[in-house]
Amino acid sequence: MSDASSGSDRPVADPRDEILDHLPSLRAFAMSLTRNSAQADDLVQDSIEKAWKNIDKFQVGTNMRAWLFTILRNTFYSHRRKAKREVADVDGIMAESLSEKPGHDGRLAMNDFEKAFAQLPDEQREALILVGATGFAYEEAAEMCGVAVGTIKSRINRGRAKLTELMNLGEDETLEMTDKATMAVVANGHVPRSFSA
Amino acid sequence: MGKTNAKTNLESQIEENLRKVYQRTVEEDVPDRFKDLLSRLKAMDGEQPRHQEDNS
Repeated sequence: MSDASSGSDRPVADPRDEILDHLPSLRAFAMSLTRNSAQADDLVQDSIEKAWKNIDKFQVGTNMRAWLFTILRNTFYSHRRKAKREVADVDGIMAESLSEKPGHDGRLAMNDFEKAFAQLPDEQREALILVGATGFAYEEAAEMCGVAVGTIKSRINRGRAKLTELMNLGEDETLEMTDKATMAVVANGHVPRSFSA
Repeated sequence: MGKTNAKTNLESQIEENLRKVYQRTVEEDVPDRFKDLLSRLKAMDGEQPRHQEDNS
């Protein structure tokens, strides 16, 4: 047994030993927020350091993952606020670097999804990942984001609607355009001859 | 007109893709820098016994 090195009086394990187990999901959450692996790992590093120093604030017995995710997202948003002050067009740069990213897995549908996903506002992406991918409950996600449950639900709904719209456009572009053209024609009162018969 | 079906299908595609995007990173090996970082932090704690007051 190698865990006898701690000089703690407490018989309970150091909760910080748990951090390692949460690293894979912390990285995945960071990746979904930053959409950039270098930034994601820097964000994870900052978050681990903060968690380590503030472990006293962690309530043993509560959800360590939720606590770490909360630290990570707070760090992300405070970095982002700083970055926004420094760089005028963060979104433009992000979009540019994203469009250059090659899809090495060669899966077109997945690539389309990721492009669409990247276009969502951070808050919607975050809510979708927290509830849709990590399996946190709405209530937990709300607490982590410091908002009401209804806000999380509406972010998820808006995020889903936007994704549906974006993916739909990619998938059935022709169909969509035909529909739009038809609608426009009908709206203008010019019913095409073939339709008026 | 199949519209409801298509919508449900898209929604489940969204859920599936969300999990895939997330899971792909979860399944990656954790870079050594994090294990090193944790050992460093642990070592630093060992040097100076933990006090309740924070002088930093």
